[in-house]
Amino acid sequence: MNFFNSISIGFKEIWANKFRSALTMLGIVLGVSSLVAMSALVKGMENGMKEALVAIGGLEKVRVEEQEIPAAQRHLADQAIGLTVRDVYALQRSAPLIKLVTPEMRLGRFATVTRNGKSPDWANVTGTWPTAIEMNQHEIQYGRMFNEIDDEQARNVCVIGTGVRDQLFGTPEKGGKEDVVGEKIHINGQPFRIIGVFRRYESELDRKMREMEKDQPKETGGVQRRRGWGSGRGNNSWVYNMKNNTVYTPLNTMWLKLKSGGVGTNTVPDPRLAAMNIKVADIEVLEPALQQARNVMMHTHRGIEDFSFQTQENWSEGITQAIRNQRMSGGFISAISLLVGGIGIMNIMLASITERIREIGIRKAIGATFENVFIQILVESVVLAALGGILGLAASQGIVQLLTLLSPTENTPIITVPAMLLALGLSACVGVLAGLIPAFKAARLDPIQALRYE
Amino acid sequence: MALVELRNVSKIYHLGGEEIRALDDLSLDIESGEFISIIGPSGSGKSTLMHILGCLDSPTKGTIQLDGTMIHNASSRELARIRNQKIGFVFQFFNLLPRLNVMQNVELPMVYAGAGSRERHERVMAALKLVGLENRSKHRPMQLSGGQQQRVAIARALVNNPRIVFADEPTGNLDSNTGEAILDLFRSLSTQGRTIALVTHDPEIAAVTPRRIEIRDGKIAIKVDPKLAGLDRVSARAVPAVASPY
Repeated sequence: MNFFNSISIGFKEIWANKFRSALTMLGIVLGVSSLVAMSALVKGMENGMKEALVAIGGLEKVRVEEQEIPAAQRHLADQAIGLTVRDVYALQRSAPLIKLVTPEMRLGRFATVTRNGKSPDWANVTGTWPTAIEMNQHEIQYGRMFNEIDDEQARNVCVIGTGVRDQLFGTPEKGGKEDVVGEKIHINGQPFRIIGVFRRYESELDRKMREMEKDQPKETGGVQRRRGWGSGRGNNSWVYNMKNNTVYTPLNTMWLKLKSGGVGTNTVPDPRLAAMNIKVADIEVLEPALQQARNVMMHTHRGIEDFSFQTQENWSEGITQAIRNQRMSGGFISAISLLVGGIGIMNIMLASITERIREIGIRKAIGATFENVFIQILVESVVLAALGGILGLAASQGIVQLLTLLSPTENTPIITVPAMLLALGLSACVGVLAGLIPAFKAARLDPIQALRYE
Repeated sequence: MALVELRNVSKIYHLGGEEIRALDDLSLDIESGEFISIIGPSGSGKSTLMHILGCLDSPTKGTIQLDGTMIHNASSRELARIRNQKIGFVFQFFNLLPRLNVMQNVELPMVYAGAGSRERHERVMAALKLVGLENRSKHRPMQLSGGQQQRVAIARALVNNPRIVFADEPTGNLDSNTGEAILDLFRSLSTQGRTIALVTHDPEIAAVTPRRIEIRDGKIAIKVDPKLAGLDRVSARAVPAVASPY
């Protein structure tokens, strides 16, 4: 008795009891569709969380910051010069596991950016190298990034984010200028020419919210006000806000023009960097790359450990943890509905073999073995469950569409192929498990007793 | 060596502490090509005998040889294979599967034997032709008359070319005309050389066969040997030939 024959018998049996089979399958349909829809939602959430991590440069980006000198080396404090551009060169030369290094020099809270007396709430004015665009995942929308020549000649040029632009020139939605390349602004009183504008960075959630508001403007009741940063829903809006409020100038411009002119006798501008960003070649070699960087820098810092590394591992672990929790709870609910579906199938298979005792007796009398009957009943059960699984997959597409329709500003749920395969596989497993006992009972029937059964 | 050899076969049941000997030290030979009837009142043990002969049941004591194989201690899997290959059953209540059509019912033993679909189709059509139902292959059992259903069951019993066919009260559920036609069919199968064992409680039906065995209380009461006395000719005369209604 071949396999396809068994399957076709299974289908015939299901078709002969259409209504009963449909009701039985419903449990599996619900289980599978909830499993797939749940995993699609979690996947959407995961993408939402990860896009912020990507926006700040990904896991491969490590920040090197100054650190207080360890107590044992306190007496060497006057030899600790902090992070300088020499460290950047040293790392570029001697740390092959590090793909990219960029310096960051800051004005910190002394920075004032003004245009016609207007000034943004805050702007992150940073002097850096042209490679910062790759390091920090920036994209130019208008104009260009400054290059090595701008840096060498310490030109007064800057590239700004849309946050700064909106505050200095007004948001484009309200009639502000969109392409501000060529305009002049002042940083700490010195004139700078804008040569580039970054793209607007936002999460999927924020973009959807903005587009919705554009379609149907919010009724502004009461006093007009800014509603503060972040959408207040615990997503990582601050990452995007920070990126949008960037003002980049060439490192030399920052050092020679903006850091100098301090009051006092010391006319050499402060060469210290606020931080360095390093990007490791591959996340797999994060640990050895950090070791390499530390060794190189211990050398340039004369053995004084006045620097530390900050990775995004905690953030990434937080995401992983949150996703795992979501998966657990979703999986638990789906598992229970699959279990209930399985019990339903077992129940109906038991009823079905009781109805068909005589048929089983006939089959055994004309030569069906234990295995023949066992496989026949098991295949029926699996076909029932797998059919339910396939219908469940179809239903999950509908559920996901419905969810998207109901809450358009949430992260888009993403149905993944592994989730679908897993759900289908699980439903087949449920079919096997639910069919075992009925199949065993049927296969063990004594042909004489079964033939006599009325 | 006979096709079937029973030696000192007993079948003992225990019902509420009471011992029931359904078969009691019974010995019997059936030769290849014989047309034999096993007759006895209900409770005589003839059904038990048929079940044991038909490999549906195993004896408590004794040995059975069927077509060169000892089957009294065969495993259930071996018994299933022997039922499939060497034995055909015809039952009183036809026992066709109502959801399958005639074709599918008849091919079922071949499906379990693992035959290919082309071979199945050929042999099923041949078997149906033998019982005169080759143009009903797509009908459901419920669309056929009782006599036709029994013919389908006979075709099913023959399709694997068994060594012996057991018919358990094959006319018990049919009116007398149809029953005669079925008996006629068995007689013609017998003349084609098939071994047929008819189990019945009705002496008139048993009269069709050249050899009759009467079972009483698990033992053979009358043993008629066809080789003595030329009884086969007598019995052939005893039942008038009835024209087939088909």
